[in-house]
Amino acid sequence: MKTGDVIQFSTRALSGYPTRTFLMILAMAIGVASVILLTALGEGARRYVTNEFTSLGTYLLIVLPGRSETTGGPPPLLGETPRDLTLEDALSLTRHSAIRRVAPITVGSAPVSWKHRDREVTVLGSTEALFEIRHLSMSQGRFIPAGDPTRGLAVCVIGYKLKKELFGNQSPLGQWVRIGERRFRIIGVLSKKGQSLGLDMGDVVVVPVASAQTLFNTSALFRILVQANGRDAVPRAKETILTTIRERHEGEDDVTVITQDALLSTFDRILVTMTLSVAGIAAISLSVAGILIMNVMLIAVSQRTSEVGLLKAIGTPGSQILRLFLAESAILSLIGAFFGVILAYLGTWGLSRLFPKFPFAVPIWALGAAVFVALVTGLVFGVLPARRAAKLDPVQALSRR
Amino acid sequence: MIHLAGIERTFLVGDETVHALSSVDFTVRQGEYVAIMGPSGSGKSTLLNIIGLLDRPDKGIYTLENLDTTELTDDQQASVRRNKIGFVFQFFHLVPRLTAAENVELPMILADVDPASRKPRVQAALDSLGLSDRAKHRPDQLSGGQRQRVAIARATIMQPDVILADEPTGNLDRTSGIDVIRILEDLNHAGMTLIMVTHDPDLSQRAARRVQLQDGNISTDTGGL
Repeated sequence: MKTGDVIQFSTRALSGYPTRTFLMILAMAIGVASVILLTALGEGARRYVTNEFTSLGTYLLIVLPGRSETTGGPPPLLGETPRDLTLEDALSLTRHSAIRRVAPITVGSAPVSWKHRDREVTVLGSTEALFEIRHLSMSQGRFIPAGDPTRGLAVCVIGYKLKKELFGNQSPLGQWVRIGERRFRIIGVLSKKGQSLGLDMGDVVVVPVASAQTLFNTSALFRILVQANGRDAVPRAKETILTTIRERHEGEDDVTVITQDALLSTFDRILVTMTLSVAGIAAISLSVAGILIMNVMLIAVSQRTSEVGLLKAIGTPGSQILRLFLAESAILSLIGAFFGVILAYLGTWGLSRLFPKFPFAVPIWALGAAVFVALVTGLVFGVLPARRAAKLDPVQALSRR
Repeated sequence: MIHLAGIERTFLVGDETVHALSSVDFTVRQGEYVAIMGPSGSGKSTLLNIIGLLDRPDKGIYTLENLDTTELTDDQQASVRRNKIGFVFQFFHLVPRLTAAENVELPMILADVDPASRKPRVQAALDSLGLSDRAKHRPDQLSGGQRQRVAIARATIMQPDVILADEPTGNLDRTSGIDVIRILEDLNHAGMTLIMVTHDPDLSQRAARRVQLQDGNISTDTGGL
């Protein structure tokens, strides 16, 4: 029998029983759609986290005071307090080839007031390098000017939310606000960028690092953000930071350097595993569809007993009958998978309408895998009914009307 | 061309062994017109099924055109049925979802006949049986006589050597029954061997050779060797 004839014969057999064909296609479509949808959710979560990290800055290294890893050796006699990171530490890092930018950061909280309004906000002390490292953008004015970081200019840049709370629709540029005990002139407003890893950049005020240190009366930095000179330079930059700080801290390894890639790949692994396990759960619904196909095909075989008997009488070998019924299951699965894919795309479209910030995405591999699994399910669960049909005794099959 | 020697077929009904056929010797020459008669349970249908390779004998040798069929595999037997044997059944056994033309086309599809040459052959077969205007009808839109004529067209489309008819008129009224018998006889005149199982004495009288079965044995044979 020619392949085209097999497909045509099986298709006619399927369209001859529209209700059961529709039900089987529906089951298969739901199975395929749920696999694809859940994978899209997992993939969306992965992309969401990746985006968050990217908005944190590219090729980013974070230097924290103190050591988070334990090492061997005798316990220190006097108790070891980690040395503070200072502005001088940060500036000493700028002179290396692997490092492009360094942004020292001091964080504190202080009331900001203008006229009779005031608001408690996070005060970030940094330099102009923060602008590039955190991919910030301005909606009005300009960022903290480049210059000697040790000089504390009395200027500040405010987040869009703070601007709205204090100034409403008026322009804040050039206005003087009081932050804690000091007065600062507003030179810019950050544009709406949303949250990045917990810190709402809309509700902050950014001042030069030296000013923040004076404001909070400290010489310590909260952390240092370092941007490496490209992806390849990240390990070299990390090494440089560790040696430089060690030299400056009298041989003590008392800082921790976190690279963004390390964080990212950890999250990536976790989320890929999560995606796969969710897809696995969804695959159960596919196998339910498979069992349904098996049941309905078994009914089909007994409904069509006399047809099978006739096919044998006019010279169809058992192997050919097996192929005919398998082709039926395969066609069912493929049509089901096709509608399942459409359903899944409709679903992701709907979801991304509902949650526009969440980057739903159907990974290509999931698409292929779902269709492939659907086909395999159809064939595997189609074998039993097809074998039953192939083994029918023609005399008995024909003796029934 | 058909030669049965010492054919036996037993069935197990409950714990009782029933001899449907016990050591039957039977020969049919090319172009013969044979009517097989006998009361129900005499083994006439079993004999027809064995000749048609739908059933295998438990003992004995069956040669069809010098080919020992008992040695053949399932696929080879299917190929013999496809090319040399045409079946006509009491209950027509048309595929209900296919049109008359598609039912007639079915054996050619199975035999891998080139699709381009199928349609004219189907049309010719339907024309010769007076079914030209019924080609697009499904079986449930046809009368009993028309259905049996479609079944005959299907049985003969591959130009078989033998037509095996199991009570071909059993489900038809008198007039259309006679029509169907005339068609089968015309095919026999054209050279096809016709073996027909019937319990209707009037029909069997038309056959050139009459075989009577009794309890799995041939009791009378008007044309035996």
